[in-house]
Amino acid sequence: MSLATMTRRDWLLSERPQSRMQARLGRTYVTWRRFSVNRLALAGLAIILALLVVAALADVISPYSPVIGDLRGSRLLPPGPEHWLGTDGQGRDILSRLIHGSRLTLFVVVLVAIIAAPVGLLVGTVAGYAGGWTDAILMRMTDIFLAFPKLILALAFVAALGPGIENAVLAIAITSWPPYARIARAETMTVRNSDYIAAVRLMGASPLRIVILHIMPLCISSLIVRVTLDMAGIILTAAGLGFLGLGAQPPLPEWGAMIADGRRFILDQWWVAAAPGFAILIVSLGFNLLGDGLRDALDPRGGGQ
Amino acid sequence: MSIGRFLIIVATTYLGLLAVTFFIGRVIPIDPVLAIVGDRAPAYVVERTREELGLNLPYWQQFLLYVKGVFQGDFGRSVLTTNPVMEDIRRVFPATVELATLGTLIGALIGVPLGVLAAVKRGSVIDQIVRVIGLIGYSVPIFWLGLLALLVFYARLRWTAGPGRIDVVFEYTFTPITGFYLLDSVLRRDWAAFRDIFAHIVLPASLLGYFSLAYISRMTRSFMLNELSQEYIVAARAKGLSETRIIWAHALRNAAVPLVTVIALSYAGLLEGSVLTETVFAWPGLGLYITDSLQNADMNAVLGGTIVIGSVFIGINLFADLLYRTLDPRTRNA
Amino acid sequence: MMMGKINGRVRVLLAGAALSALVLTGAPAYAETPADTLVLAWAIDDIITLDPAESFEISAGEMMGNSYDRLVRFDPADPSNIYGDIAESWTVSDDGKTFTFKIKPGLKFASGNPVTAEDVAFSIQRVVKLDKSPAFILTQFGLTKDNVDENAKATDASTFVFVTDQAYAPTFVLNCLTSNPAAVVDKKLVLEHVEAVTPSEENKFDNDFGYAWLKTNYAGSGPMKIRDWRANEILVLERNDNYYGDKAPLARVIYRHVKESATQRLMLESGDIDIARNLSPNDLDAVSANENLAVTSTPKGTVYYISLNQKNETLAKPEVRQAFKYLVDYDGIGETLIKGIGEINQTFLPKGMLGWADDKPFKLDVAKAKELLAAAGVPEGFSVTMDVRNTQPVTGIAESFQQSLAEAGIKMEIIPGDGKQTLTKYRARNHDMYIGQWGVDYWDPHSNADTFTSNPDNADDASSKTLAWRNAWDIPELTAETKSAVVEPDSAKRVEIYKSLQKKFVETSPFVMIYQQTEVAGVRKAVQNFKLGPSSDTTYVYKVSKN
Repeated sequence: MSLATMTRRDWLLSERPQSRMQARLGRTYVTWRRFSVNRLALAGLAIILALLVVAALADVISPYSPVIGDLRGSRLLPPGPEHWLGTDGQGRDILSRLIHGSRLTLFVVVLVAIIAAPVGLLVGTVAGYAGGWTDAILMRMTDIFLAFPKLILALAFVAALGPGIENAVLAIAITSWPPYARIARAETMTVRNSDYIAAVRLMGASPLRIVILHIMPLCISSLIVRVTLDMAGIILTAAGLGFLGLGAQPPLPEWGAMIADGRRFILDQWWVAAAPGFAILIVSLGFNLLGDGLRDALDPRGGGQ
Repeated sequence: MSIGRFLIIVATTYLGLLAVTFFIGRVIPIDPVLAIVGDRAPAYVVERTREELGLNLPYWQQFLLYVKGVFQGDFGRSVLTTNPVMEDIRRVFPATVELATLGTLIGALIGVPLGVLAAVKRGSVIDQIVRVIGLIGYSVPIFWLGLLALLVFYARLRWTAGPGRIDVVFEYTFTPITGFYLLDSVLRRDWAAFRDIFAHIVLPASLLGYFSLAYISRMTRSFMLNELSQEYIVAARAKGLSETRIIWAHALRNAAVPLVTVIALSYAGLLEGSVLTETVFAWPGLGLYITDSLQNADMNAVLGGTIVIGSVFIGINLFADLLYRTLDPRTRNA
Repeated sequence: MMMGKINGRVRVLLAGAALSALVLTGAPAYAETPADTLVLAWAIDDIITLDPAESFEISAGEMMGNSYDRLVRFDPADPSNIYGDIAESWTVSDDGKTFTFKIKPGLKFASGNPVTAEDVAFSIQRVVKLDKSPAFILTQFGLTKDNVDENAKATDASTFVFVTDQAYAPTFVLNCLTSNPAAVVDKKLVLEHVEAVTPSEENKFDNDFGYAWLKTNYAGSGPMKIRDWRANEILVLERNDNYYGDKAPLARVIYRHVKESATQRLMLESGDIDIARNLSPNDLDAVSANENLAVTSTPKGTVYYISLNQKNETLAKPEVRQAFKYLVDYDGIGETLIKGIGEINQTFLPKGMLGWADDKPFKLDVAKAKELLAAAGVPEGFSVTMDVRNTQPVTGIAESFQQSLAEAGIKMEIIPGDGKQTLTKYRARNHDMYIGQWGVDYWDPHSNADTFTSNPDNADDASSKTLAWRNAWDIPELTAETKSAVVEPDSAKRVEIYKSLQKKFVETSPFVMIYQQTEVAGVRKAVQNFKLGPSSDTTYVYKVSKN
């Protein structure tokens, strides 16, 4: 090990950090080290990185158009040198559709996280900090949503909003915020009466300011782990909606809808349904491995290795 | 928690459940009259039916009427089946319960030993394998796995029977008693029917079983790790008890309480997971009933079905909660 | 082919394993249905009632056709041939307004009650008074709740008289009397089950004519009885031993609700069912390659079309309407997506119907379409949406259409939805384009002409909401011409009117007609005499036998 890295390592692991930045970087480094010894977690990270790359370069790397096929010339071809994963019922190249579909998957996952996490965070922190009636009402709402089976609620919402990928995102977001609110509330309760918050309050900060500037940041790390762990579930729910015909619209290459489409050919052209299902499996496995590793790394007490 | 407060919480949750489902039912962009009279009906028939259903009233009035009905145990009539929704649910719900119960049984019977094994051999290859099996269970789209399973085990290998609950051949020789077909065929001593019913349920139940296995084995592992690090285990070892006895008789028994909670929760999860499974296997249960009704704007049926599943959810969660509170010494003392 | 090969190999390889598994699960590998029972897999979730006065659904039509007799029927092999069912003979008065039917003597309902002219009159009156969706098939002859007792009545036990408000083409009247609402119900039995209702302003009758009861029960005299119906699950027909004609060879016919084509095929191959009714083109190929199975098919009275809402200014341009007709890949669709389940048809009448014009002027021609678009003043194309229900083959056709439109510069967005949802929007005229189908209500060209080329009032609150109305196609001349066809007593002249209507329709309509449905079924070889009829109520399962 070279001297430079030695010193950088020492600096990062210093017992007495000189600055906030050094402390934070040091913590991150420790987390990363714990994370990186977990080979499964690294595999998960690799899968997600690969997904990002594929999505970014979709136009460059996909061999054919994902939406235009030749009905008479290339319908339902088995996997081969021309079409690595075969073609579907409209004569479209399945590999190209999978590659472009990765964008939709990311779109759904990211958008749901962007919508649901802040909503959950807001509801949870406000409920936790305000207490009393506000808390009771907000938590009652949360419980009502939790009382629903998630998929059925999402189904009902999509049915009400009309099918389409944006509506599917909205429906999944509506069903995913309650657990985040619960977590945020629990975290808020533990810090609400801390000296630190009391000090800020004494300095005359408004409740809104306290919640947004001082409480929310404290809840974020546990929320991130939870969201990462939920990503696989989001992908599966989106695929389930697509499978039931309520997700993305044709000709969008959404993986769940591709499975639904391939269902017609399952007996003779099994690859049409098999390929997208496999893609979903790999990607959600990636998110699960990553989330698992993150949790173990951030919380060494947990049930991990 | 006082009983009064508890009741208030349950009541408000129910009212919210009703309000949300009702709201969804009314904004759905499908004309419910269409489902009743069909596309060919002349305009005046459509209008007349709309009035008969009270759909021309303001929403709040419709909601009040609906809530009133529900309190009298009346969910209205299903358009699709023309039966009272309550009657339909009584018919289809046992199918779902039977499937979920068998699934949970499979999940628990395999998942618990696997979890124990993984905990005992922590960090070993076995542990890794159990972990990966579990993670795949969390990651695989259930409807896809179901399709492939049907393709392999029914279409190609013909080891199991196909979609549905029972062969049509038995339709007029086998009369259900409880609605739980496996149980009914045993009660009737109809072994041919039993074999057929079993051949139908084994695939979807194994699939659901795999899902609960993923969850249960993971939780078992973590509970066991927790127990195995306790002092009493060290003491037991010092006393010279056999390792098998320590693990199965002591550690697992202490982990049993949280485990039962986990199994109960996984049961609730399976009731939900059955929506997609039932679609793939054409299983005539509540999940299929709800999705079918939803696609036909049969809102009475959707509302009724959702309320039943919601109630079961609330019930199981409460049960798990209460169980945990009463049985677990730590929470009782806390 | 491929399935067979793989299957064979797998079977050899895994025979041992499969055998041991069989012991475990007990699944009968090759089950057989009972010898006296016919088992069909069919999507029967559209059935909402068993009452012939209200039933209007495709699969319900078949149940009615097998279980209820009517005055007259048409010969499925030659629809222009109308024969007496329970009517022994009939005459038409000179003014063409009075039809007198003699009822065959000695007929009995399944209940054992005798079939009389009184039952016929009651059935027709019941339909008009209940006034459910299919009632218009009878009320279009001027029957109302007030005059029906007079205009459809029994003059004695064996004579039924039917009076229309003006002279219609006799073929038209008789064709309508073959349809389900003209089915004869057992008056005595129904009256035992009526429920009292309070008369109101709108409904002046004090009972429900057995409406509640007949929804799930049976009161007919047909070759089969309806024994049991569990919505979305099963429907069972049983031989009616009181039937006047040849008794059904089989004791029982069971319809099992199965939606998926692949599932139906599997069940057919394994012998769980005798007949599969919803096979997709792919599965059809496999079924016809299987030596134990056969495929039977017949052209149906259902046509598939894409329609352009004339409320959309761009779509209302005549050249744009025509351009779209050149942007469908008819050949490609015909050879793949609808292979075996449909035939390209570019007019509103189905093949086999009186007056059908065998004329296919359009083919995929992007250059020609571009010319037309330029002439319409939109050379660089435009954006438009189409509501598509998410079932095959319409989704596939929509996607193919989307591709060819793109070649002409038109960007089409597909808005998918389930059937009822797209239909709700369509009926409210809120669509740009819609892809759908229309099946004949009764076996007469007027059934389709009345909806495709008739729009008496294009206002939003019109009382007659035909397909032309749904697409805001305002056509007073064609409406008048359509009307003239039904009062034309001379059959040859009537045919001429329909030919002329179809010509104008092809040249100007906002309907891009694509194909006519061919109904197909996969049948096990043991099944004899199973023939699909051109309309849903002429598929006679009671004639089927097994060996």
